[in-house]
Amino acid sequence: MATATEQWVLVEMVQALYEAPAYHLILEGILILWIIRLLFSKTYKLQERSDLTVKEKEELIEEWQPEPLVPPVPKDHPALNYNIVSGPPSHKTVVNGKECINFASFNFLGLLDNPRVKYNSCTSIKAAALASLKKYGVGTCGPRGFYGTFDVHLDLEDRLAKFMKTEEAIIYSYGFATIASAIPAYSKRGDIVFVDRAACFAIQKGLQASRSDIKLFKHNDMADLERLLKEQEIEDQKNPRKARVTRRFIVVEGLYMNTGTICPLPELVKLKYKYKARIFLEESLSFGVLGEHGRGVTEHYGINIDDIDLISANMENALASIGGFCCGRSFVIDHQRLSGQGYCFSASLPPLLAAAAIEALNIMEENPGIFAVLKEKCGQIHKALQGISGLKVVGESLSPAFHLQLEESTGSREQDVRLLQEIVDQCMNRSIALTQARYLEKEEKCLPPPSIRVVVTVEQTEEELERAASTIKEVAQAVLL
Amino acid sequence: MRPEPGGCCCRRTVRANGCVANGEVRNGYVRSSAAAAAAAAAGQDFVSLYQDFENFYTRNLYMRIRDNWNRPICSVPGARVDIMERQSHDYNWSFKYTGNIIKGVINMGSYNYLGFARNTGSCQEAAAKVLEEYGAGVCSTRQEIGNLDKHEELEELVARFLGVEAAMAYGMGFATNSMNIPALVGKGCLILSDELNHASLVLGARLSGATIRIFKHNNMQSLEKLLKDAIVYGQPRTRRPWKKILILVEGIYSMEGSIVRLPEVIALKKKYKAYLYLDEAHSIGALGPTGRGVVEYFGLDPEDVDVMMGTFTKSFGASGGYIGGKKELIDYLRTHSHSAVYATSLSPPVVEQIITSMKCIMGQDGTSLGKECVQQLAENTRYFRRRLKEMGFIIYGNEDSPVVPLMLYMPAKIGAFGREMLKRNIGVVVVGFPATPIIESRARFCLSAAHTKEILDTALKEIDEVGDLLQLKYSRHRLVPLLDRPFDETTYEETED
Repeated sequence: MATATEQWVLVEMVQALYEAPAYHLILEGILILWIIRLLFSKTYKLQERSDLTVKEKEELIEEWQPEPLVPPVPKDHPALNYNIVSGPPSHKTVVNGKECINFASFNFLGLLDNPRVKYNSCTSIKAAALASLKKYGVGTCGPRGFYGTFDVHLDLEDRLAKFMKTEEAIIYSYGFATIASAIPAYSKRGDIVFVDRAACFAIQKGLQASRSDIKLFKHNDMADLERLLKEQEIEDQKNPRKARVTRRFIVVEGLYMNTGTICPLPELVKLKYKYKARIFLEESLSFGVLGEHGRGVTEHYGINIDDIDLISANMENALASIGGFCCGRSFVIDHQRLSGQGYCFSASLPPLLAAAAIEALNIMEENPGIFAVLKEKCGQIHKALQGISGLKVVGESLSPAFHLQLEESTGSREQDVRLLQEIVDQCMNRSIALTQARYLEKEEKCLPPPSIRVVVTVEQTEEELERAASTIKEVAQAVLL
Repeated sequence: MRPEPGGCCCRRTVRANGCVANGEVRNGYVRSSAAAAAAAAAGQDFVSLYQDFENFYTRNLYMRIRDNWNRPICSVPGARVDIMERQSHDYNWSFKYTGNIIKGVINMGSYNYLGFARNTGSCQEAAAKVLEEYGAGVCSTRQEIGNLDKHEELEELVARFLGVEAAMAYGMGFATNSMNIPALVGKGCLILSDELNHASLVLGARLSGATIRIFKHNNMQSLEKLLKDAIVYGQPRTRRPWKKILILVEGIYSMEGSIVRLPEVIALKKKYKAYLYLDEAHSIGALGPTGRGVVEYFGLDPEDVDVMMGTFTKSFGASGGYIGGKKELIDYLRTHSHSAVYATSLSPPVVEQIITSMKCIMGQDGTSLGKECVQQLAENTRYFRRRLKEMGFIIYGNEDSPVVPLMLYMPAKIGAFGREMLKRNIGVVVVGFPATPIIESRARFCLSAAHTKEILDTALKEIDEVGDLLQLKYSRHRLVPLLDRPFDETTYEETED
């Protein structure tokens, strides 16, 4: 049946061909010839001109010379040769073979070498860490998700949350990674972050990893911040749909590492509610220092802790352990358990360090008097160091870690660094251990001027503080004049 | 070539994942009350912190089987471990501790390759002594006043262990990658990174600002093509030549169990004048006749690898990471690494643990314990993998890799496998999306020199049972079980029947 219909169609076609008008046939014929020509003609290749031959490619590969993996480092680079500390970096420490009093380690509450200082608690930090070592060994052999969660970690998180009076806390195994993992967990591409110019490097790296829009405001200048927030509000009104999904964050530090100043938290909270931006507070220097019980800058100003969305701090300063923590409401903190890169993809904190941190918290809770003592000592040395010719004190009187900068710079940063290093070396010769504040000059967004870092701890006696102040005065006079 | 399951298994897996999409409908009814309460507490008018669709997978799939992860333990993570029992009465949204402890669970999840996770022995005693003397913390950075004599000792030892000129140690393995790759490469450089590289390598590459190109996993043709195209065509648009090309690979890939094709990568790197960054997080201590890692495993020269990176967490029972290489490289990192300038240095007892365990592996402590551990791990690996293949499971990875991924495929089996194994007193690690592709969920076993043959046999027996229960024996190639008995007349007679 099929063939019959086929033949029938063919006959019809041939008949149609005979009956068609001539012009129609000619037109169709020309079209068919044109198509055949196009099919067989060479295609016009644009790449023809830039396609290289195999030989040319091989020559290019031969000729290409990469830069060396790393540029050579001059032998006298100021950061190449580290100070070697023999023995523990405690109050009296041996640096490069000389016995010195330590004015450079962030051991604010003297908890690094605890049994020597008589506190009221029965166990010492070292004993607690030792007990943990005997039970668990050293390492945890896994990230938190895969059998790396120990009861000590859960205890520490609990204790920190209770101490800071928040719902939940999360701990990280490295202080730097804490804020650097926390920021990208919440702030993504398209979100806006307002951050202080003097923010520390860890915050800068967290912001870089988040790929959000960064807006810098002048250090501690609330008027400048408000101006930026207002500008953003105007932008939002132009595009309300986008504004509804763009998150806004303000990132500040309690006590700034780079300038020793405190942030104006009450004004920040007002701005937060006015412009609907969340606050992330980095309290590495102020945790265990400010406030009646050492709870940080929120206690210092008497602000309700629930007003701050996230508090991040490292345990490497006042708590004299290793690692860091974030605390806040469960709704906020729980998110980091799946999205904090430094939490999910890294081994957890060794249990002995967590036990040391718990014991340090115990000591802080049992001895709330040490915070007042520290404050007094800070005030004392601030006053004593005023009026050194050639050096100025940068930092508030309640900051235990402040800077001494040159009053007048020589004009070149290298020269400044060398002068300050000379002062540091001579102070070291006279048994006062100091250090310059170290920065990565090419990587910092707003590079602070070179300075000497002075750190006050509760273990320093009044006489030692006086001696340090007078030593620095003498050396500065000798070197700078 | 990877073994593949039958086609109908793939289809079922995809359908199973599709069922999860039903959750989206459910979501319409169950806008989580927790989210609503939090929104009210957070203050009206604030833009919501999380997007709804971002945590869709978390709420619908992860939450239901969440009890398989974050299991808290309360003993040393050795061959056997004590797990704290927890219960949930609201479908895993919250957990309560019953107070019971499941004792003696066989630990097939911790990264304890050479068995140094111990709370007794010479390593622990040495660490205790140093803890007494130095304390737990350091309170300063390497460049300021945190460089202890212990750190210098450690770095010298690491350099000798690896066979390189110099080495530098850092406090966190993840941070070693994320802070040093940006110090080595920057804008105008090219990074060629393996498809399945770890999150720390990816983050380090992103933070550096260099251009990143991905080559297929362990595929040398893909890598060669990228190298050729990079050198011939230069940077995109401007056509300037690249300043440097850095190849990022790992020794053992932790989710695949595969070992990098190091001889071929080194040949390519030499031909095209690129630099090689080798992340030996899982392979240091675990491969090679004396535990020196993947370079020794292939019998190559450590000087051929420009940057040898590794961690102390897995085979040394401590924490932290290191980078080893030429003296110029280490000098540069001492001055320019983000970690040396801004991050606290390693804690002294941890450093002592690394020093003692490394000396043990090198045989410098006067015992042959290190050598025995390395050999025991290799034997355990071969035995375990062979038996699993004989049973009919699909196993990924290289024959000699102590990381053994066992394929589950179906999302429901992830939860089932983890729970069934715990019921039988074996702790395993199960992984699904997003750590693995969505249809390739797996259970991953990490073997250890601390596992005796009895422990492995017990584990294998239970895996066999659970495999039958959950129908996990997907392999279409059945290995004939090797005869362990010597060939004699009795054997011959049995096979006659």
